[in-house]
Amino acid sequence: MIPIGEMVARTGAWLKTDGPHADRILSTRVRLARNLAGTPFVGRAVDEDLLRVYRTVAAAALATEPFRGGAAQTMNELSLLDRQFLLERHLVSHDLTGDGVARGLVLAVDERASVLVNDEDHVRIQSLEAGFRLEESWARAQGVDAALEEALPFAWSGDLGYLTACPTNVGTGLRASVLLHLPALVLTQRMKQILVGVTQVGLTVRGYHGEGTEVMGNFLQLSNQVTLGQDEEEILTKLTRVVRQVLDWEEKAQDQLLRQARWQVEDKIMRAVGVLRSCRLLSSQEAIGLLSASRFGNTLGMRNMPEIAVLNELLIRCQPAHLQRAAGRDMSSEERNEYRARLVREILGVDDAPEPTR
Amino acid sequence: MKCLNCDAEATIFFKEVVDGQLREVRLCEACAAEKGFHLAVEQNKLTIANQFIWMAENLYPESEAKVGAVQCPSCGIRYSQFARTGRLGCADCYGAFEAQLKQILRRVHGATRHHGRAPRGADASTLRQRDLGRLREELNRAVDREEFELAAQLRDRIRRMEEEAPAAAEETGNAGGDRDAGSACDAGGTS
Ligand SMILES: [Zn+2]
Ligand SMILES: [Zn+2]
Repeated sequence: MIPIGEMVARTGAWLKTDGPHADRILSTRVRLARNLAGTPFVGRAVDEDLLRVYRTVAAAALATEPFRGGAAQTMNELSLLDRQFLLERHLVSHDLTGDGVARGLVLAVDERASVLVNDEDHVRIQSLEAGFRLEESWARAQGVDAALEEALPFAWSGDLGYLTACPTNVGTGLRASVLLHLPALVLTQRMKQILVGVTQVGLTVRGYHGEGTEVMGNFLQLSNQVTLGQDEEEILTKLTRVVRQVLDWEEKAQDQLLRQARWQVEDKIMRAVGVLRSCRLLSSQEAIGLLSASRFGNTLGMRNMPEIAVLNELLIRCQPAHLQRAAGRDMSSEERNEYRARLVREILGVDDAPEPTR
Repeated sequence: MKCLNCDAEATIFFKEVVDGQLREVRLCEACAAEKGFHLAVEQNKLTIANQFIWMAENLYPESEAKVGAVQCPSCGIRYSQFARTGRLGCADCYGAFEAQLKQILRRVHGATRHHGRAPRGADASTLRQRDLGRLREELNRAVDREEFELAAQLRDRIRRMEEEAPAAAEETGNAGGDRDAGSACDAGGTS
């Protein structure tokens, strides 16, 4: 079996594709939390339990169709850089990369399906798609779930459904998330209203990196908060409805913006693309902002914008661990800024002969 | 006390769980607003994990010691440990801390019963029990909203289910019990 690190380096199919509403919706993710019946939850299990869970789950998962040709590894078999790399790729959780016995990842070749083992729960099935593809994402997660439950008895009760380590996930164990790009709502300062509205209908909102509530680079993640008392279809339908509503608001804000400040907006976008194509030093923070602006240019139908699939790829590959793996060495943040700028020019196809040495 | 972000006096305090660690956060109003926490505070809607810790500590102030000492017979964790970490020790904890968890579930999810899929292996009596519970819950809601026509329909369905498996009292179940309502749900889930 190929080590996960190598596998991920050469694939990443999902992030090079774009799906429905790809300009405004970066990705769709479905997660199912499960625990093995008869084994204490991760925080309370002894090392042998956890190792047994890892081996059983990895073997069962690799025997299923979605993971044909895939790989499984425990986190302590991976270098710190590789763990960081997987984290940047949104394939593992922050907790999973920390210290702990038999925490592991089973990954499908195209990265669309994965199983996190001994994270907060014994089993976390993940399904990831570019664009707005809640149905496909759900279908895949459910397929993995169905295949796994043939081999593994999951903790479940008639009253409470799937039993999870944290009561916030109990019931369906389903968390569906959609990562949206909402520049017009940010620019017209409506985001606050949206946040309030959305939390009132029982959804959770997070910024791009999933930590806290800060909104970064105009990206916003919406996910269901409730997992108990509503069935899977209801949960997904509700999320879909809210996502469509937010998209609608974004479109209205965009119309208003274009009516009031078209040239300012276009100017900002063209400058951003210009900087991406020609800068020599680029910080991570700045990159996110510039990529967001280029994305907005796409949405507005402006010409000569980098394609969405390219922007998706850049958003991932501009992160520190990705850069260091590409370079094959550790780099200071100064060095990374230079390398990042070079990578962006290369991927954007800027014809950029090396400067003559003086 | 000073704001964690700047030197101003902190006025907003809350607890949050980051990477599984509970920590106390104090911020001045400006920094809190900048981080978007004013929303949370205004509406008393803390993030889910925070809300949940807050509840665990505030729901039963007087009897805290007693509740905290309740222990799960299977894995041995005490309620106080759960309140601190937000993590249960095993599947049986749900039974051991049932009374406390019900309140939390109601606040977090607005419900205390599962309405979704069942694993393929779940036995018929468990499924029947789940469906009956679900119907009774719907019946109560219908009565509350004075939707009497719906309530009558639900009552009939409940009666039919109970009659079809007369030996099956709620607790004991019946292996031959029908799976009508259950399979309808499952079909919805697997389509
Ligand atoms: Zn401050
Ligand atoms: Zn327990």
